[in-house]
Amino acid sequence: MVWGDYACFTRPEMKVERVSYDVMTPSAARGVLEAIYWKPAIRWNVDKIHVMNPIKFDNIRRNERSGKISSVKVERAMREGNVSLYQDKSEDTVQRASLLLRDVCYCIDAHFDISETNGETETDEKHYNMALRRMRKGQCFHHPYLGCREFSAQFELIEGELPASYYNGRVDGTRDLGIMLWDIDFSNDNKPIFFRAQMKDGIIDVQKCREEGTFS
Amino acid sequence: MNEPIRNRYEFILLFDVENGNPNGDPDMGNMPRVDPQTGHGIVTDVCLKRKIRDYVDLVKDGQEGYNIYVKSGVVLNDQNKKAYVANGLEPTDKRQKPDVEAKLVQFMCQNFFDIRTFGAVMTTGVNCGQVRGPVQLSFARSMDPIFQQEVTITRRAVTNEKDADAGQTMGKKQVVPYGLYRAEGYISANLAKKTTGFSEDDLILLWDSLVNMFEHDHSASRGKMAARKLIVFKHENELGCCQSHILFGKVQTKRQPSELPPRSFEDYSITIDRDLPKGVELIEKL
Repeated sequence: MVWGDYACFTRPEMKVERVSYDVMTPSAARGVLEAIYWKPAIRWNVDKIHVMNPIKFDNIRRNERSGKISSVKVERAMREGNVSLYQDKSEDTVQRASLLLRDVCYCIDAHFDISETNGETETDEKHYNMALRRMRKGQCFHHPYLGCREFSAQFELIEGELPASYYNGRVDGTRDLGIMLWDIDFSNDNKPIFFRAQMKDGIIDVQKCREEGTFS
Repeated sequence: MNEPIRNRYEFILLFDVENGNPNGDPDMGNMPRVDPQTGHGIVTDVCLKRKIRDYVDLVKDGQEGYNIYVKSGVVLNDQNKKAYVANGLEPTDKRQKPDVEAKLVQFMCQNFFDIRTFGAVMTTGVNCGQVRGPVQLSFARSMDPIFQQEVTITRRAVTNEKDADAGQTMGKKQVVPYGLYRAEGYISANLAKKTTGFSEDDLILLWDSLVNMFEHDHSASRGKMAARKLIVFKHENELGCCQSHILFGKVQTKRQPSELPPRSFEDYSITIDRDLPKGVELIEKL
């Protein structure tokens, strides 16, 4: 279970003035899990995302930077040393709004697969117990977040019954969320993969939705 | 002390504002930011980070290793850069080889305090060219709903000739009479160790900047801002010993009973529950 005051799971088609998806994306959920426990030998797979709280939006406008530094410039500075490396506050400032989610709470239902790089010593048992220990203790590699790092996530392991979602049994708890980002395929030139997200009683069965079709 | 840090930290910073605007909202004509659902004031993470950068820039004054990457158009003192040994890199297209990338990232981290601390987005690096820094700040919120006051002021001098007959022009100031804000932050020892090399010295400087950043940021719009409390939770290891929300819950702010809305820090009492989980140490920096 993860929760937080704000979240922003940015839609790739609205990246400049960020607009969040209605719910957490599977790739953001994977990010949360990896912040808690990850080794190159395993790969987290998100099975289900339970939307516990009503979906609410909020608008925030902030000063941001428009560009980023090029590697060529950094190299020049390393070579010659008389290059001014900084981002100018007055020149590169842009004001951008973000449409964020408020008061979110999700339960992530996931498993991991052992990826090809595993040695003889890699057992599911070992990784499973390590992940479990960390989640119980609240340990993490770095603090997990909900889409952007300024929206930190609190997390807890649920070992018993799942609490009921706000949308359980409600009419608006079953809806078509349209095409959502599933994840980025890093082995295939960072190609984004999309899926059609269907919410039923506040639960998005990611694997089932993916079986019904993905797009990339 | 230049070793990367070895402990996970969480921290709570309480700061207040008196007759000033801690963080204006560009969508609301620079009125103090407010959460529309609760009326609580907000100060964004980037606003606080800016102050930390400015403070470090002021104290270190371009000292080697303490440059600031995101700053106003002040050109760096490049004298110290001359010392860098040429890496003999050939400029290539955007996708760099991992080993070259690592060099570039390392160079940037060594030179810039704010990249070591907060990370930066660069075209180097693998994951969209991001360097993730160990320090993570979230939005600061006020303890109580804030009252946004608009104060109209006059000016005797005029800028335009057409206003000359009027003899004066009117202006507006947006202030919060009083607000006590709470910011929460996290520091990951693993990212310090693996990526940016954020060191014990850097950590001391960060605490220092959190305590003093408002002292060097006075202006007509800010009013009286001050850091009031900085409470640090130090875990005995890199991964941490306990969930952060449990620790954040140990520090509670209470309103003193009063008929009137809060107007000073004395209107609040702060209680710290010192019964901590095993392996966590509480340090009051302020």
